[in-house]
Amino acid sequence: MNRRSFLASTTLAGATLAFPAVLRAQGKDPIRIGFPLPLTGPFGALAADQQRGAQVAADELNAKGGILGRKVELLFRDDQLKPAVGAQRTQELIDKEKCLFIVGGLAAHVQMAINEQTKKSKVLFISVSQSDEISAKPDTSPLTFHEALNPTITSRAVGGWIADNLGKKWWIIYADYAWGKQNNAVLQEVLKKKGGTVLGATPYPLGSAEFSAHLPKIQAAKPEVLVTVTPGADNIAFLKQAISFGMKKDMRIAQPLHWLPQLKEGGPELYADIYGGTNFYWELQDTIPQVKRYVEAYQKKFNTPPGDYGCYAYSGVMEVARGCELAKSADSEKVADALRKSPVYDHYKGKQWWRACDNKSFQDLWIVKGRDKAKGDWGLVEVVSKIPANEELDRTCAQKGHA
Amino acid sequence: MFDVTLSALAAQVFTGLVLGMIFVLLAIGLSLIFGLMTVVNFAHGSLFMLGAYFGVFIFGLTRNFWLSLVVAPLMVGALGLVIERFLIRRLYGRSPDDPLLLTFGLSLIIVEAARLIWGKIGLTLDPPRVLAGGANLGFMTFPVYRLFVIAITAAVLVAIWFFLERTNVGLIIRAGSRDPLMVRALGIDLSRIWLLVFGIGTALAGLAGILAGPMRGVYAEMGVTMVIESFVVVVVGGMGSLIGAVVAGVLMGQVVGLTTFFAPALAEIMVFVAMAVVLLVRPSGLFGEAGLLE
Repeated sequence: MNRRSFLASTTLAGATLAFPAVLRAQGKDPIRIGFPLPLTGPFGALAADQQRGAQVAADELNAKGGILGRKVELLFRDDQLKPAVGAQRTQELIDKEKCLFIVGGLAAHVQMAINEQTKKSKVLFISVSQSDEISAKPDTSPLTFHEALNPTITSRAVGGWIADNLGKKWWIIYADYAWGKQNNAVLQEVLKKKGGTVLGATPYPLGSAEFSAHLPKIQAAKPEVLVTVTPGADNIAFLKQAISFGMKKDMRIAQPLHWLPQLKEGGPELYADIYGGTNFYWELQDTIPQVKRYVEAYQKKFNTPPGDYGCYAYSGVMEVARGCELAKSADSEKVADALRKSPVYDHYKGKQWWRACDNKSFQDLWIVKGRDKAKGDWGLVEVVSKIPANEELDRTCAQKGHA
Repeated sequence: MFDVTLSALAAQVFTGLVLGMIFVLLAIGLSLIFGLMTVVNFAHGSLFMLGAYFGVFIFGLTRNFWLSLVVAPLMVGALGLVIERFLIRRLYGRSPDDPLLLTFGLSLIIVEAARLIWGKIGLTLDPPRVLAGGANLGFMTFPVYRLFVIAITAAVLVAIWFFLERTNVGLIIRAGSRDPLMVRALGIDLSRIWLLVFGIGTALAGLAGILAGPMRGVYAEMGVTMVIESFVVVVVGGMGSLIGAVVAGVLMGQVVGLTTFFAPALAEIMVFVAMAVVLLVRPSGLFGEAGLLE
């Protein structure tokens, strides 16, 4: 035995003693989880947060010995926010890379494309971004789980809160595509139930940078609340222009969702006093211990507080692990059955559960409001109200086509 | 839907007019490069984006908006000079598709580079205090910053007109765009002229970018919508015609403004309907010369 191999074997032996679980996990075939997400393109910042959240989950699982004693490997693939690319990447992840599960997707239409592939290959898919269809017939399947909020839940919860607290005369502006239209429809329905009036609802093409032509009409209508369903960069352009036309002074502005990367991009001056819903905000760590644990793990690794969409990814990967351990198997159908049988979980912000009929996750959400002066770099909003998880916020099983 | 008050309509028409002038600002650099060099610069949108990012960068160093407004376009212009000298110049005399493909590829590279350098989260550029806030026009409150952008656009148009029509270099540029062979025969080095034109055109893209920053936000993909807006304006006005760009910009501002007012769902498509109608009647655009791209 020469010096080099002696060093190598003793180091290995030392490491085996120090981290037995880690090494045991590496001994068997790893469990591969495929994760398609739009790393390039306009939602790159949200996707980066998803990727980090999933990595935190994988690190945590591997530190404890992996799943069923097997190491967890995450394979991230860029779907470019295009359904065709998402479908292709998913198929490659399953067929070539031998991924046993798929978690991921951002934007409803790409989720659908991913879901078509996972259904075909009979692989469990945990979708981690908003969509109404993904948990409804005909798109859903017994192997399709939906971890994120959806437009119905978000707009019923946030819309109801706006009507109760900010005013009942609204103008809605919404991006003219699936997510925008769904939110608009639900918001109108909520407001009608609350006895309010929609003074107007204007669609605009997704990806617009110019909104000035919409503004004089809204100003003239004098709504109490301007509800904006304007995702991504559109949100910042819209708010900049609406505020420059003096509308923040004349009316309250609220939106179904605030996203942390976007709040950061727009800055405190833009978002001051603007209300929105969210599935997560890192300052909740002051009151919720699970949030504190997740924020600390994320911050230690990435040096920045976690955003809202990364949590879905974290929770999605953790649910794959929980399902495997419950089923004592990495078989997709057995894992899905196990999750339905023990539907309650709590990974990062409190109790959540899978509804049996549609594999939809129910969870708390919060109303937040932009601060005039940010607390540090990322303390951009304050929590105004909590809306507890409630199955009645979604459509019923029957309405979603589940008998 | 048609219960329209006159003041609301006046506000709409005025907003559309200002919007139209912003379209003009976005399009002039593109129009200039095409009209004088027959190069379709697909990198226009990404140079626009760079103008905004350079603006934020200079502003971060100096805290001076006015200085950034001057320096950022010059930086983009300098980059334009490099692009022309080392890349585009090799493609003169070949089919117009070649520079088009080259600049398209460049635009992808520049956008990804911006993401790498400045990150995936966009940046903010605020207008200076003097230009923040709204002006009361009687029939509506209108953002002062937008009025300022119009003033700059008008000044730029006058300057370009003066440069092309009243200076010797302008004379050579115009002659060169009509008959490059003849100009060369007179002993004039046209490659320098084209370098200059490309530099000016890209600097104008940069200027539009830093001016758009406070209205639209600064992010890597900000050039994508802008390229569509400016191509429509340039095509409707007539490729290469400055007066055409102005008329088409204002026309498009009104088309967008009025359709948004009466039937918002149709606003996007109406822009292209208007373009198709113009091209049916005048295939080279409102003020275009026939045969430039044939």
